[in-house]
Amino acid sequence: MTSPLIPLLLAAAGAFACASPGAARAAAATGPAADVPAPPAADAGTLRRGNGPEPSTLDAHRCPEVACQNILRDLYEGLVAEDAAGAIVPGMAEAWTRSDDGLAWTFRLREGLAWSDGRPLDAPQWVASLRRALSPATAGPFASQFEAIAGARAVLRGEAPPEALGVEAPDARTVVIRLERPAPLLALLTLPTAFPVDLAGVAAHGAQHTRPGRLASNGAYRLAAWQPQSHLELERNPAFHAPPPIARVRFVVTEDAAAELLRYQAGGLDITETLPPQPLARLRARFGDQLRVAPYLGAFWLGFNLERPPFRGGAHGTPEAGRALREALSLAVDRDILVRHVTGFGEQAAYGVVPPGASGHAPARLPWADAPRAEREARARALYAAAGYAADAPLEIELRYNTSTPHRRMALAVASMWREVLGVRVRLRNEEWKVFVHHRGQRAITQVFRGGWIADLDDARGILLPFAGDTALNWTGFRDPAFDALLDEAAAATDPAAARAALHAAEARLLDAHAVLPLYFYASKHLVSPRVLGWRDHPLDRHPSRWLRLAHAAEPAR
Amino acid sequence: MTRLALRALEALFTLWLLATLCFVLLRAAPGGPFDAEKAAPPEVQAALDAAYHLDRPLVVQYGLWLGDVVRGDLGPSFQYPDYTVAQLILEGLPVSAVNGGLALLLALGLGVPLGVLAALHEGRWLDRGLMLGAGMGLAVPKFVVAPLLVLVFAVTLQWLPAGGWDAGWRSAVLPVVALALPNLAYAARLARASLVDVLGEDYIRAARGRGLSPARVLFAHALRPGLLPVAAWLAPALISVITGSAVVEQVFGLPGMGRYFVQGALNRDYTLVLGVVLVVGALIVLVNLGVDALRARLDPRLREG
Repeated sequence: MTSPLIPLLLAAAGAFACASPGAARAAAATGPAADVPAPPAADAGTLRRGNGPEPSTLDAHRCPEVACQNILRDLYEGLVAEDAAGAIVPGMAEAWTRSDDGLAWTFRLREGLAWSDGRPLDAPQWVASLRRALSPATAGPFASQFEAIAGARAVLRGEAPPEALGVEAPDARTVVIRLERPAPLLALLTLPTAFPVDLAGVAAHGAQHTRPGRLASNGAYRLAAWQPQSHLELERNPAFHAPPPIARVRFVVTEDAAAELLRYQAGGLDITETLPPQPLARLRARFGDQLRVAPYLGAFWLGFNLERPPFRGGAHGTPEAGRALREALSLAVDRDILVRHVTGFGEQAAYGVVPPGASGHAPARLPWADAPRAEREARARALYAAAGYAADAPLEIELRYNTSTPHRRMALAVASMWREVLGVRVRLRNEEWKVFVHHRGQRAITQVFRGGWIADLDDARGILLPFAGDTALNWTGFRDPAFDALLDEAAAATDPAAARAALHAAEARLLDAHAVLPLYFYASKHLVSPRVLGWRDHPLDRHPSRWLRLAHAAEPAR
Repeated sequence: MTRLALRALEALFTLWLLATLCFVLLRAAPGGPFDAEKAAPPEVQAALDAAYHLDRPLVVQYGLWLGDVVRGDLGPSFQYPDYTVAQLILEGLPVSAVNGGLALLLALGLGVPLGVLAALHEGRWLDRGLMLGAGMGLAVPKFVVAPLLVLVFAVTLQWLPAGGWDAGWRSAVLPVVALALPNLAYAARLARASLVDVLGEDYIRAARGRGLSPARVLFAHALRPGLLPVAAWLAPALISVITGSAVVEQVFGLPGMGRYFVQGALNRDYTLVLGVVLVVGALIVLVNLGVDALRARLDPRLREG
């Protein structure tokens, strides 16, 4: 435990004796899906989905985390939607066209679109909603993803009014979006930031427009009830153009993965949001087909702080020595052992930064990824010596991670590999979440730290972007003008092959600099009851309820 | 009348001190409400800081917050901007109150009779068995008892839900039992110890000597003085079921107020933590006043002065 945590705990305990804090858990993702068009009302009943922590908000433009995104995907529909497996399908728009240069998009809306309370929903309302989403006053966490829209950068910085955005509604059923540079616009439009928020409701009720009875949405479901810290209940939206098979959906707050598993086993949940860390084989034996593990667009790596010793210059204080040291540490880690014995959840060993599922990306790999272990270790020792370290003058470093059992196990395993192969002395340092995130972003006291990235979009460039420029997201302090230029080149390229080549080269540069030590690519994991049909794996772990059905068996699965 | 006013002033001062201390400690903790895995761009960060006055000096923030509290406004939640702190507490308090209240009733309703039973059989096997059970009830922590109850009654037998607050009364059974157990054990031990003492008093022996039936001795003479310590313990017991509910609420995923202690602090939800601290602090002050009055009724010696 670190000393900065103490005042915090004191504050939490306050005046009272001591309420011992239960385990809290930061959670990741999810829900269900299938592309089977089922007759509406065929199987009524309620789908009960574990959804991780309490959603922080139901304001689509302000929703920062997976818990609220899952619910918003049921409540809303953007111009386009995704099917159960993640393919783009028509949403509010029944059709769309793109100009030859890929910069002007025209969307034709369905006829008779309406909000869940029956009021008509037209193109100008969608345009006004997006303007609100990108205005600085809204402080939307994902607003900057829309930078490619003409005028967006000035609007986001508050240098131009929201009306300067390159988005128009020439008539009630047409939306035109102009881009400054090519971008995966359709994928962007599936983010809640691009969902239409009812501005009349916002004007009337402010931040509290998201309550049942007030929140007008345009998706397959509408909000029926919300008990904070317990559950939200959704019911079919009668105004939606394709009534979903399941009549009601209950999103249950499941703060703790172990408790969630118990609730699933007790028959209280149909789908779990995640699973507590347990060996995959044991879970497989116990739950069989109910266990759904799928590749997930996320990477887990360790970051090196390139702005401070020792990783800036090794023992010699030269860039070459720093790089040699980082490569030595990377070589000394056996990823296969990690994914087999430490995570054990179907994760894949990583030798790159962009997960293999990212569409249209040619992944770069560390050159020695397939070399035999002995060879890698010999090379690691040679580089370690070249960086200026030896058995009698070993490297001493601090490995920092946020407090959690899986992270601790991973840190212990990596530290022991470093010690065995190189003789490195590692001090493990765990920090409470907010403290850790704060320190990591500052780059002032970190050395090696837990890093990683879960993609919000299936977009390789977006995954590499945090390493460009001097932002609070660039935890390693990686600076490479050529890398930044390659990302710009990929962004500007109208030819997909050229973009792919630029991104491949950018990732290769990042790997060659050993700014990070890739460990593994994530897997999403859920338990899905046999009574839920239509579940499909999704690379971003999105599973809207509208694609799911319930089997007729009334009895919840055991 | 002056005494009452003095006590009220004292209570207000206590609450102010508590709130101020919490404010300072919360702000001394590193990390802020908007530190997240993916940091927001500077413009967004600035907009958020401005909206919550985080861009002002700390003293000004304290003044603004205290001013709002005096006007009865606990402010908006940082983590849950769709709700004000007062709304969240109003949603959570009834759940915590139902749980805590039922748990305390169960603890008293079952613990006191068991303690009396043990006292009447002092030194015999029934007494020893009951006290052994009470010892275990006290020793095993709630975070062990609660999952055990879930494993047996929810997962294995499937009689009751494993968590949540969406199955009516059935949702309350396991949390109430888990919360009541240690208090029940304590109430039993307390009632027994005190009653054993009272039963050894001369006036009880005199009553027996007068030929009064054992039941009469117990109910007319021994019970009231014997239960005084239990009444005195009510205040700490009430407070313990309110604050101790944080663990039980976490394990069972109940939407009570106790969870906000832990979560609010982890999320650096400054206003929420302060609001919950103030409300619970006020409850504790009220409980103490109430229990003092109750003790005065039970024990005439306390009515003077």
